[in-house]
Amino acid sequence: MRISPKLSPYLYILPAFVIILCFRTVPIVGSFAVSLTDFDIGGLHGFVGLNNYARMLSDARFWHSVSNTVYFVAGVVPASMVIPLLLAMLLRGKLMGKSFYRTIYFLPVVTSAVAVSVVWTWLFNPEAGPINRVLGFLGIDPLLWLREPRGVFAMILQPLGINLEGVISGPSLALVALMVVSVWKSIGYNTVLFLAGLENIPHTYYEAAKLDGGRTWSTFRHVTLPLLSPTTYYVLIMTTIVSFQSFALVYVMTPPPGGGPLGTTNLVVFYLFRKAFDRFEIGYASAISVFLFVVLLSLTLLQRRLAGRRVHY
Amino acid sequence: MLLPFLWMVGTSLEQGGLSNYVEAWTAVPFGRYFLNSILVTVLTVVGVLITSSLAAYSFAIMRYPGRDVLFLLFLSTMMVPQPVYLAPSYVILSKLGWINTYLALIVPWTANVFSIFLLRQHFRTIPRSLYEAAVLDGCSRLRFLWKIALPLSKSVIATIILFNVIGSWNSFMWPLVVTHSEELRVLQVGLSYFNQEQSTNYQLLMAASTFCTMPLLLLFVAAQKQIVSSYARSGLKS
Repeated sequence: MRISPKLSPYLYILPAFVIILCFRTVPIVGSFAVSLTDFDIGGLHGFVGLNNYARMLSDARFWHSVSNTVYFVAGVVPASMVIPLLLAMLLRGKLMGKSFYRTIYFLPVVTSAVAVSVVWTWLFNPEAGPINRVLGFLGIDPLLWLREPRGVFAMILQPLGINLEGVISGPSLALVALMVVSVWKSIGYNTVLFLAGLENIPHTYYEAAKLDGGRTWSTFRHVTLPLLSPTTYYVLIMTTIVSFQSFALVYVMTPPPGGGPLGTTNLVVFYLFRKAFDRFEIGYASAISVFLFVVLLSLTLLQRRLAGRRVHY
Repeated sequence: MLLPFLWMVGTSLEQGGLSNYVEAWTAVPFGRYFLNSILVTVLTVVGVLITSSLAAYSFAIMRYPGRDVLFLLFLSTMMVPQPVYLAPSYVILSKLGWINTYLALIVPWTANVFSIFLLRQHFRTIPRSLYEAAVLDGCSRLRFLWKIALPLSKSVIATIILFNVIGSWNSFMWPLVVTHSEELRVLQVGLSYFNQEQSTNYQLLMAASTFCTMPLLLLFVAAQKQIVSSYARSGLKS
C-alpha cells in the first residue's frame, strides 16, 4: 500500500491526536456541556440551563470547601516558596555533598502522595504518634491534629479571651496538618527550580555588586531577586495550581465520607470527587469543575499580568 | 526532611520486626497490586514513547497546512487540570464499556502533550538539511526517525521515560475512579484501601508504605542526577 506523501504527516500525528481528542478535548468541552444538564445516576434527563450553577451558589458545603481551599492555598504557597528559596541560597555553589542533600530534599517529590499521606497520618496520630510524643518531651499538651475541627486562629486567641467563630476562626488544625505535608512534599521540586534559576544568573553581576561594596542583603535584594524573578514567577504559578488541586492528601489522611473533622479539610477537588463518584451527580460535579477551571485560569492570567510589570528577563 | 522516612521504617520494624512485612504483604494481595502497577506503567510509557515520537517528528520536521493550529490545539489541553475533566471522562469510558478494565487505566494516558512538546523542541535542533539529504538519498521518513532523529535524542527520551514512569506509578485519582474490583487495583489504590482497613495497625501500615515506596526510591537512587536535572529543565522550558 502506498500512502500519498501529502497525507502522511497527518498519519504521524493520528495516534496522539485520537487519544488527546477522546480523552482530553472531548471531556474538557463535555464538562461545560454536562454542567448545563441534570446528568445523574439515572443517566441524562435533560437540559436545565444554569440550575447547577444556581445550586452551587446556595450550597453551603460547597462554599465551605472553597474557603478551606483558599486557606490551604494561602498557607501552602508562601511557605513552599520561601523555604526552597532559602535552601537554594544555602546550597548554591556547594560541590561537596551536593548529591547527598539533593537525595534528601528530593525524595518526597518522587514518593507517591498516598504513601506520604499514610506515613504522615501516623506521625500526626493523637494517641501514640511521634509528633505528640515530641511535644510531650517539650512539655506541650498533645494536640488532636487530623481530628481537630477548631480553627487555629481561634485556638491561639482563646486563652486571651477572644472568641472567633465561622470563617475568621481560621483553617482547622487538621487542615494546617495537611498544609505541612503539602509544603514538605513540594520543597524539593521548588528548591531544584530555584537552584537552576540561580545558576542562570551570570557571575559578572555578583562581581559588579561586590566591587560596588554591596552587602549580602542588598545584593540579594537588588541583584538576586530581580534576576531570579522569571523562576519565582513560574514557581508561584505552578505551586498555586498544584495546591489548588490537592486530593490524595485529603482522601487518605481524612478519609471519606468525611473530608475531615466537621468538613474542615474538605477541599474543592475532594468535594467535586464526592459529588461525581459517591453521589453520581455528574451534572452538578461538572458545574463545580467549570468553576475550578475558571478560577485556575483567572489566577494564572492575573499572576501573569501582575508579574508582567515585575518580571525582569 | 528525612525524618518521616526514618520514622516510617522505624515503626515498621517495631513489635515483630521483619514479620510485619510478611504479614502486610499477605494481608491483602499486594503482589497483584504490584503486577498491576508494573503492567500499567510499562504499557503507558511504551505508548507515550510511540505516540510522542511520531507526533513530535511530524510537528518538528514536516511542513503541511494546519500544522501549527493542530500543535496549539494539543498544547491548549495541557492547561486544563485533570480534576476538571474527570467526570466527563468517566462517562466516555463507561460508554466505551471500559470502566473497570486495564484499557481505562492505560489507553487515555498513552499520549502525553508535555512529552510531545519536549521531543518536538529537541527535534527542531536537528538540521533540516540533514533530513532533506537523507530523503533525497531514498531514506524513508520512518527510517530517518528511527535511525537518526531518535538516537540523537537519548537524553530527552530518558527524561520522558522518567516523568511518565513517576507519573503513572504514583497516579491515584484516576485508577481510584475508573476501577472497582480488587483484581484491578494498582498499588496506590491498594495502599489507600489497606490504610482504611488497618487504620490502627501502624506497624503493618508503615511496612506496606515502605515496600510501596521502594521501587521509585531505588529508581531515584539509581538515576538521581538525571531525575533532578529533568525536573529542573522542565521548569525552565515551560
